Amino acid sequence: MINLTDLTIDKARLLLDSKELSALELTKLYLDRIDDLDENISSFLSINYENAIKQADNADSLIAKGDSNILTGIPMQIKDNICTKGIRTTCASNMLEGFIPPYNAHIVEKLNEAGAILLGKGNLDEFAMGSSTENSSFKITKNPWDITRVPGGSSGGPAASVAASEVLFSIGSDTGGSIRQPASFCGVVGMKPTYGLVSRFGLIAFASSLDQIGPITNNVKDSAIVLSAMAGYDSRDSTSLKVDIPDYSKGLKLDLKGFNIGVPKEYFTLGIDPKIENNIREAIKTLEGLGANIEEVTLPHTEYALSVYYIIAPSEASANLSRYDGVKYGYSDSESESMWDALESTRESGFGPEVKRRIFLGTYALSSGYYDAYYVKAQKVRTLIRQDFENAFKKFDVLVMPTCPTTAFNVGDKIDDPIQMYLNDIFTIPANIAGIPGISVPSGLIDGLPVGLQFMSGSLQEKKLFQAAYAYERAHDWNNLKPNI
Amino acid sequence: MDEGHKITVEEIKHLSVLTRIHMSDEEIELMRDQMSDILRNIDILNQIDTEEVEITAHSSNVESVMREDVSGDSITIEDALLNAPNIEKDFIRIRAVLE
Repeated sequence: MINLTDLTIDKARLLLDSKELSALELTKLYLDRIDDLDENISSFLSINYENAIKQADNADSLIAKGDSNILTGIPMQIKDNICTKGIRTTCASNMLEGFIPPYNAHIVEKLNEAGAILLGKGNLDEFAMGSSTENSSFKITKNPWDITRVPGGSSGGPAASVAASEVLFSIGSDTGGSIRQPASFCGVVGMKPTYGLVSRFGLIAFASSLDQIGPITNNVKDSAIVLSAMAGYDSRDSTSLKVDIPDYSKGLKLDLKGFNIGVPKEYFTLGIDPKIENNIREAIKTLEGLGANIEEVTLPHTEYALSVYYIIAPSEASANLSRYDGVKYGYSDSESESMWDALESTRESGFGPEVKRRIFLGTYALSSGYYDAYYVKAQKVRTLIRQDFENAFKKFDVLVMPTCPTTAFNVGDKIDDPIQMYLNDIFTIPANIAGIPGISVPSGLIDGLPVGLQFMSGSLQEKKLFQAAYAYERAHDWNNLKPNI
Repeated sequence: MDEGHKITVEEIKHLSVLTRIHMSDEEIELMRDQMSDILRNIDILNQIDTEEVEITAHSSNVESVMREDVSGDSITIEDALLNAPNIEKDFIRIRAVLE
């Protein structure tokens, strides 16, 4: 009897290649588990039964021919803001409720080629704007550790699906922490790559200079495996980097001898729950025990990152979301006679409150008279934040800090208070502003709820990032703790 | 607390025009209060002197990318129109722009 809660990509690979289990059997086990659990967890917006069975059959014939690679026959979920050809892609918005993409995102092509099996699409905050998945227009995803709590967001569906063992991995997107924060809340591993490492082609745009696609997995090695499969140059994303992609999962060591790790002091002053601080301080002792040199460092502009983000992200969003006019695709109000009335009522009913708030905020920051005071100012402070990191990485291989100031909060607690909701991302946003990679790994439980430890590294230093996260993970194996569902 | 950026109902109404998002009076008031709160928090940026600082528009210093001027495959007209709310033959039908 296979216990899905114990399974990782590595272990599933052994079962598939030794023919102990077929891809079809594995797929059916996961689909059955989704049928059992997802009524309560609500991590999926759509489930892909027919296609999944077809892909599993195909994977089985590849395995029989000895043509498989690491992801062949591995069941996955993809966040519903990433285009899947012929499969509804909604961004959890009424605006795109019926949208069927005529093309695949670059990462969907890559994962299809690798033979991964798409079980369905993951829930999110509408257009990836939010930190709790409560902004979804269709359903509220629950935290598998306590279904009265949020899974975090915006990749709440992806994080919850992995935590609930409904899939072996999921793909999220991270604009200000939308992979790492829900990974922290759900006790799984969430990774945001260097800006430009993974193509954004087919990721429905929110804030183009910050958005990045990344994996959510059960452990660090799986994260490295999935990133290796997705990363790489793509001419259809003008910001895609032309760099060689190594196999990030190879050569990971159990110790951190000779590793220089910085502890940025600002991440322990900005509204952090004392229990989280204790947990992270303990984790830092573990890193020291593994042979790392630990030293405090200052990133003096950290406290400004949130404000920079809430100018830049809404500004870019207001431009990106101007395309939703009810003419070419998406929801359209058919009652109005005049073009302008139709446009205004289409956007009034198509978008939810948080999306409107950000469009208004961005339009304000970009409007005449405020452009220099807000948008230009934010771009200048962005430079200072980036320089803080560049200085730190002259000395340190990685930085370590908490992923979030708190554990998962209750459903309904912050949804009416945008400022409180935004403060959730205070420790994750700086990596997006600077374009550097970050990863959240489980660092134990507080009152039965998962805590996340975050590492950041310099641009394109993913190998160091995975190394630090891997050695920490293996020292405790916190990731083996699973929710009781 | 600095009240300098208390945004007005008139400004929200103007933004409603710019964004092409219709709003009820109630929504306008709520948006005014929430945006005022957010802008007050954002104002801490004014503590920093950025006179001599260059802007960062993009973290990766990317430059404009041009592709070769040769024709390639594209999606079909049928696929392009698949999601359009109102089509006629090979065209998207829209409401009159000039009345």
